[in-house]
Amino acid sequence: MSGPRKSFWKNSPAVWPLAGLFLLAVVNLRYSKNFFSLTQSDGHYVGTVIDIFDRGSVCLVLALGMTLVIATGGIDLSVGSVMAIVGAVAATMLQNGHSLPVVLAASLGVGLLCGVVNGLLVSWARIQPIVATLILMVAGRGIAQVISDGQQVQILDDHFNFIGNGFLWGFPFAPILVTAIYALVWFWLRRSASGLFIEAVGDNETASRFAGLATARVKCLAYALSGLCAAVAGLLAASYIKDADPLTAGQNMELDAIFAVVIGGTALSGGRFNLLGSYLGAILLQTLTITMYFVGVSSAVAPVPKAVLIIIVCLMQSETTRRWLGGLWGKRVAS
Amino acid sequence: MKTFLRQRLPQLTTAGIFLLLFAAASWRYQYFCSTRNVASFFTNNASLGIIAVGMTLVIFAGGIDLSVGAVAGFTNILVTTLVESHGWPPVAAMLLGLAIGALFGTAMGFIIQVFRQPPFLVTLAGMFFARGCAYWISTASIEIKNLFYEHLTDITAKMGDTTIHPLPAYILIAMLILGYVLGHHTRFGRNLLAIGGSEQSALLMGLPVGATKICSYALCGTLAALGGLVSTFITGSGNSTYGIGLELDAIAVVVIGGTLLTGGRGHLFGTLCGFLIIGTIQSAIEFDGSLSSWWTRIITGGLLLAFILLQRLLLRATQKRPA
Repeated sequence: MSGPRKSFWKNSPAVWPLAGLFLLAVVNLRYSKNFFSLTQSDGHYVGTVIDIFDRGSVCLVLALGMTLVIATGGIDLSVGSVMAIVGAVAATMLQNGHSLPVVLAASLGVGLLCGVVNGLLVSWARIQPIVATLILMVAGRGIAQVISDGQQVQILDDHFNFIGNGFLWGFPFAPILVTAIYALVWFWLRRSASGLFIEAVGDNETASRFAGLATARVKCLAYALSGLCAAVAGLLAASYIKDADPLTAGQNMELDAIFAVVIGGTALSGGRFNLLGSYLGAILLQTLTITMYFVGVSSAVAPVPKAVLIIIVCLMQSETTRRWLGGLWGKRVAS
Repeated sequence: MKTFLRQRLPQLTTAGIFLLLFAAASWRYQYFCSTRNVASFFTNNASLGIIAVGMTLVIFAGGIDLSVGAVAGFTNILVTTLVESHGWPPVAAMLLGLAIGALFGTAMGFIIQVFRQPPFLVTLAGMFFARGCAYWISTASIEIKNLFYEHLTDITAKMGDTTIHPLPAYILIAMLILGYVLGHHTRFGRNLLAIGGSEQSALLMGLPVGATKICSYALCGTLAALGGLVSTFITGSGNSTYGIGLELDAIAVVVIGGTLLTGGRGHLFGTLCGFLIIGTIQSAIEFDGSLSSWWTRIITGGLLLAFILLQRLLLRATQKRPA
C-alpha cells in the first residue's frame, strides 16, 4: 500500500514537466548566474522567471482551451488563425474609434463564434476534429487579412495595450490574468460535474450518451471554450506588440499549445485532463525557448529541439516503450 | 454502370465542378482558356500536384502527413546549397535530397506504427523539425547558377504558337501515372485501401499492415522531397521558406478529390480533379486582379467545407447510420 503522498509522485502527470523544469533550470544556471534573480526597477519586478511567465501567457491560455478539447478526444488546429482574426477585429475596431468595452466584447464574441462553428462541425456534422478545425485554420488567416485589408494595424489605445504590457502589484498583468482564468476554469470544472462530463465524452462517447449525457453539447462547449481562449490569446498577442499582423499573429501557436498539453500529461486519446499539467507544460515550453536564446540557438532553428522533445515525451508515454522498459526490469507495467 | 456511377460519385462531382469552374472562368476572362495559361498552370503548380499524390496514398490508409510542406522546403534549400555552395554534382545532390525525404518519411511511419502515436502529432513534430533544419542550412535565398541545372530548366517545348518549360509538368504527369498504377493496380494500393477501410480486418486477413503503412509515409516523404526539387526548377532558386502552408493545400486537393479522410475510399483521378480545381481558382483570382490573393485561402477553405459536408451526406445515404 502506498500512501497518498507517494501515489501523488507516482501518478501525477505534473511530475514530468516539473522534472523537465528542474533540468532546464540547472542548464540555465550554468549559462547565466542570475537566472532566478528578481530585481526591482520602476516599481516592477524584473527577472528571467518573470519574463518566462510574461512571454508564456499566450501559450498558457491557448493550452487551457486545447486541454479541454483534447480531453473530449478532439483537437483544435484553428487556434492560431482565430488569434489572427481576433487581433484583426480588435485593431480595426479600435482604429474606427469604438470604445474599449465594445471592442473587447466583440473580439471575445468573434472567438466564441469561431469555436462554436468548430464545435458544430465536430458534434453535429460529425466531421473528424482534425479536418473540421483545419478548415478554419486554412480560411481563418484569409479572413483575418480581409478584415484588416491585408495591412498590419497599429494599436494606439493605451488601455488596450495595458493587457499585454501593464503591471499589477509590480507584476506583469498578462500572466496574472491568465492564472486567474485557469483558477476560474479549474473551479468550474472540478467543483461541478462539467469536468467529469468532458472526460466521460472523451473516454467513451457512446457510453456517455447512453448514460444520458448530451454529448454533442459537451463537445460543442469544449470547442467554444477553446475559441474563447484563442480570442483572449489573440488580444494578449496584439496588445503585447501593439499591432495586429494578420499574417504572422499566432503562427505555429497551435503546435505550441498541443505540445504544452501533451507534455502536461493529458493524453491525446482523450478521456482525462490535467489543467495544472498543461499550465506547467506551457511554462516548460517557454523556459525551453528562453534557454535556447541563452545557449545561442537562433530562433529560426528553435523548432528542431522542440520537435525532438515532443517526440521523446510521446515515446516515453507510449505503451510500446513501457512494455520494453518493463521487460528490461523484469516487471510488467500494470495497465 | 450504375454501381460504377455510385462508387465514383464523389470523383465525378469533382470533375463536373472543375468543368463548370473552368468554363465560367474562360467565359469571364479573355485568354483564360489559352494553351499558354493551361500549360503554365500545370508547370507552376507541379509541386503541389506531386505532393498531393503522396498525400493521397497516405490518406488512403487513414493516415495524414502534415510535414510535406516543410520537407519540400528542406529539400529545396538542401539541394541548392549543396550544388551552389559546396560544388556537388546536381544529380548527386538531388538523389541525396530524395533519399533524405524517403528516410524522414520512413522514420515518421515507424514511430506512428510501432509506438502507436497519432499520425498528425508525429508529422506535426516532423514539420517543425524539417522546417527548423531548413532554416539551419540557410535563411537566405540562393540563386542557382549551375550549368547542368540551367540545361534542365531550359528544356522547352512548342505548343501551338507558344513556347513553354514543360519539365515540371512532365514530372507531375509521370507521378500522377505512377500514383494511379500504385494505388489502383497493385497489391500495395489494395492493401492501403483495405487498411484505411478497417485496420482490424486488414490485420485479421493477414495483410502486412505495418509495412504497408510505413511504406506509404516513406513514399509521401519521397514525393514531398521531389516536390521541393521541382520547385527549384520552377523558380531557379533555393529558399528555405518554400512550402509553408503547402500541406494544407495538398490535403484540400485530396479531400476535394473525393478521397475520404478516414481512409479506405478514394481515387487518384479525384486528386487530379481537385488539383485542377484549386489551380483554376488560383489562376482565376490572378486573372481577375481585383481580388486579393488571400481570397484563395478563404475559397479553398469554403470548398473544403462544402466537399466534406457532401461526403458526410453521401456516406449517410449509402450506409446505415451507426447507433
